[in-house]
Amino acid sequence: MVRFLIRRTILLLLTLWVSSVIIFGLTQLLPGDIALLVKGRDASEAVIQEFRETHGLDQPPVTQYITWLGGFVTGDWGRSYLDSSEVRPNVLRRLGNSLQLAGLTLLIAVPLSIGLGIIAAVRQDSWVDGAVSIFSLAVVGLPEFVTGIVFLTIFAPDAGWPGWFRDNLLPALTATLVLLGYIARMTRAGVVEELRKPYVRTARLKGLSTREVLFKHVLRNALLPTITVIAISVGWLIGGLVVIENVFNYQGLGLQLVLAVQRKNMPILLAISMIIVFFFAISNLIADVLYAMLNPRIRLG
Amino acid sequence: MQTHTSTTAARPGDQPVVEALDLCIDYRIGKEWLNAINGVTLKIDPLEIHGLVGESGSGKSTLALAMMNYMASNARISSGQVNLDGVDLVPKPATEMRHIWGRDISLVPQDALASLNPAYTIRDQIGEVMQQHMGYSQAEAYAHAVEMLTRVRIADPEQVARNYPHELSGGMQQRVMIAMALSTQPRLLVLDEPTTALDVTTQAVILDLFRDLIHDNRAAALYVSHDLGTVAQLCDRVTVLYAGEIMESAPVHDLYAKPLHPYTAGLLNSLPRKQQGTNTRLYTIRGVAPSLQERPPACVFADRCPVVLDKCRAEKPPLEATPDGRKVRCWRWQEIARDELDLLPEPERIPEVTQKARHEVLEAAHVSKAFGNADLLDRLLGRAQPPLQAVDNVSMRIQSRWTLGLVGESGSGKTTLARTIVALIKADSGELELYDEPIALDLTQRPQEVLREIQMVFQNPNDALNPYQSIGQTLRRTITQLSKERLSELALIQRVEDLLLAVRLPADYADRYPTEISGGEKQRVAIARAFAANPSLVVADEPTSSLDVSVQAVILNLLKDLRAREGSSYLLISHDLDVVAYLADEIAVMYLGEIVEIGSSDAVYNAPSHPYTEALISAIPEPDPTARDVTIRLQGDVPSARNLPQGCRFHTRCPRKIGAICEQEAPPLRDAGDGHLIRCHIPIDELIELQQQPPQATLDDEKLITPEDGD
Repeated sequence: MVRFLIRRTILLLLTLWVSSVIIFGLTQLLPGDIALLVKGRDASEAVIQEFRETHGLDQPPVTQYITWLGGFVTGDWGRSYLDSSEVRPNVLRRLGNSLQLAGLTLLIAVPLSIGLGIIAAVRQDSWVDGAVSIFSLAVVGLPEFVTGIVFLTIFAPDAGWPGWFRDNLLPALTATLVLLGYIARMTRAGVVEELRKPYVRTARLKGLSTREVLFKHVLRNALLPTITVIAISVGWLIGGLVVIENVFNYQGLGLQLVLAVQRKNMPILLAISMIIVFFFAISNLIADVLYAMLNPRIRLG
Repeated sequence: MQTHTSTTAARPGDQPVVEALDLCIDYRIGKEWLNAINGVTLKIDPLEIHGLVGESGSGKSTLALAMMNYMASNARISSGQVNLDGVDLVPKPATEMRHIWGRDISLVPQDALASLNPAYTIRDQIGEVMQQHMGYSQAEAYAHAVEMLTRVRIADPEQVARNYPHELSGGMQQRVMIAMALSTQPRLLVLDEPTTALDVTTQAVILDLFRDLIHDNRAAALYVSHDLGTVAQLCDRVTVLYAGEIMESAPVHDLYAKPLHPYTAGLLNSLPRKQQGTNTRLYTIRGVAPSLQERPPACVFADRCPVVLDKCRAEKPPLEATPDGRKVRCWRWQEIARDELDLLPEPERIPEVTQKARHEVLEAAHVSKAFGNADLLDRLLGRAQPPLQAVDNVSMRIQSRWTLGLVGESGSGKTTLARTIVALIKADSGELELYDEPIALDLTQRPQEVLREIQMVFQNPNDALNPYQSIGQTLRRTITQLSKERLSELALIQRVEDLLLAVRLPADYADRYPTEISGGEKQRVAIARAFAANPSLVVADEPTSSLDVSVQAVILNLLKDLRAREGSSYLLISHDLDVVAYLADEIAVMYLGEIVEIGSSDAVYNAPSHPYTEALISAIPEPDPTARDVTIRLQGDVPSARNLPQGCRFHTRCPRKIGAICEQEAPPLRDAGDGHLIRCHIPIDELIELQQQPPQATLDDEKLITPEDGD
């Protein structure tokens, strides 16, 4: 276990570093001059020059990268190109919002979709199974802006719904609908596969009830692939909810990231990218540890 | 230990524990229900071990589970009764069966590892049964689990109780299943091919265990197997099932001494036996077992029967009781009983191979292969494990038109050695020579010419053929890839046809896909593929171990014919010594990566032998119930090849160990004459003398086995 954590922490840091290089490199390839873009084409040569010097844009790319990296690891995430405000508190506030939304979504989506998946698997090939499949596929197919707008229309602001309901719960429900199909279908597949295994017969022939067989024996093994799907969706929930944040005017990281890309606001772009990569990697690490805890055959190492 | 269920004592002796009456079972295939078990009546008395023999598709597992009133989701009991102690189980719903399953009836399945939940410890899984039925607390259940593990003769039961299933060897896992099944002292034990996945040495020990425990428990047992050897060794009565119907049922001695049904006789005759000599063909049952859809309406065996009459195809024979208490379903059983029918034709001789001067096809010198070298981080953390030495400095040679058999338990390195020769695994060191020319150890560096010369037949034909290519495409591809000359389209078609005929398949099989043919036919295609490019050496890794007895005979005959016709040599790997002895001219016995004995087939089979070979041969369950003598039992499992024992590698399990020298010094390779070599400290003359009788130490041995130290 210790060995595994050491190895994975090294890998995590390596992943963060490689992605920072890739992201930095890509931003260098973006067309257009940053100073011109930020200050406008009409800005005087002196203003442009001063902007470049303040933000170190007159240095060669490698120096720029090293300066940024040095600052980032010591907690100085730079200043916004637009209003020179400090990047860190700004981004961390947005991260807080995003984490809140992600947490709420997972809280709703995970039990709901796993439950649906289990019901579908146990009643395999019955009408219940069909209904769950059709429902989950249907909502997966719907784009988030459609479900989001439908929600907003149904729960219109003037109908007296409390603020948190519209501001927090509706975006979470919209994201839930996206995840529901994936997690439910993965759970169903996992449970169906496990139910076919000989140890289920052993458990039944011990005289255990169907409920005991399912909850004690099957689920522990069946949910392993589901955990992976959930872990992957955590990254998406942190930084990928652009459309949902837009529809509900939610102050999350996704929206901020898109704005930063549009404006070539490099310090913010880099900071958010690093955060997203970090959460992706860390949720996968947690998934692997959970895997090993649920399944003793997997030796971490 | 526990008190017997109170019902046992009150029962009159003649009432069977379990009894199936005119049982019919159907399977749902698509939209229709097809009959799988047709009118089976079977009873098992207290203390009886009842053998149920049949080939795949006969319905034996279905019937065995039905005796527990357990049905697959697509199966149903359409009529009949299953009475446990006189009470019919069939009408009982699963909610009621719950109180009988695990308490009065339990199952020991074939695949112990898959039948244990990977996520729970052994004591959790054994304890669960007792918590369910006896109201034990968890602590009591754990304590009882340890007690049960002791009863199945596991040393260090406290430790094993805390282990997870995957941490145990196959034999240990099967002991755990037995401990679990016996923990509630059930009335009936159903054993479904419980030793099929085990080595013969482990199988022998497990069979002993069954015999003792079933009698101690005063239980009745149904033992399901395709293996006529283990049935002869274990069972009191035997029922032979074919195509869902009972063909014959008799006390074990009567059945083996004088089968009354042509099918039983055919099965017994198709077993390879050492005495047969290498130039005769095995008896085979013609045709293949019918699928559920195509079962004949009258006698189900008529199409394959050597003594079939017109009547057999018109009218179903009844299951008749004979005067001496046997049952048989055949119109001609009385003629068979009076020896008026010849069920066993004189074995056909295989045309003698014209003996040209022998030359060497393959020579392997000092081949070694290790797995699992530690990586950098392991070494930094001081956790480096020694590598697993699968093959250690092995040398051997194979001559033209010659078969070298390679035997040993799982973990002996025999498959690894074979794969290094084919270069599917690259040997770490050593030299290989083909026709005295050195060849590369690395597959990618071998020229086409060499690839063509060495071909392989794999154990499982289901995985060895590409399901998306027709049989014809598979064969063609091998021919065009490896053949020396470019063949015209017409010549290609002709060659494919010839190959199919050589393995006795109809030419129109070229258009079929692997899913459309049976397992035995697939193996024949795999053999045809290996011969497609006229190889000099065919490496066959357990070519018959996934096949039924009657199909095995067909494949063994085929391998013999092809050797005579095509003039190739074989390297034959098998855990089944009878198969090897039937086919091989020379046998090499491997243990922990080393060849411990090599010599001509006869020499290896008879004294003097290496003590390990002696134990292997002794462990073979003979298909003869009169030969149930106490034999040599190897205790424990093959040690991990990561930590090879010092001195002689076999000393930890050797029943003929002579002393400290075995633990300290590697034994010399002694020459017993005619190239018969034995790696042992005991001199040849002494071995001959010693092997007049079994070693004293293992008689009535109650020695406990130790858990494997992990490999």
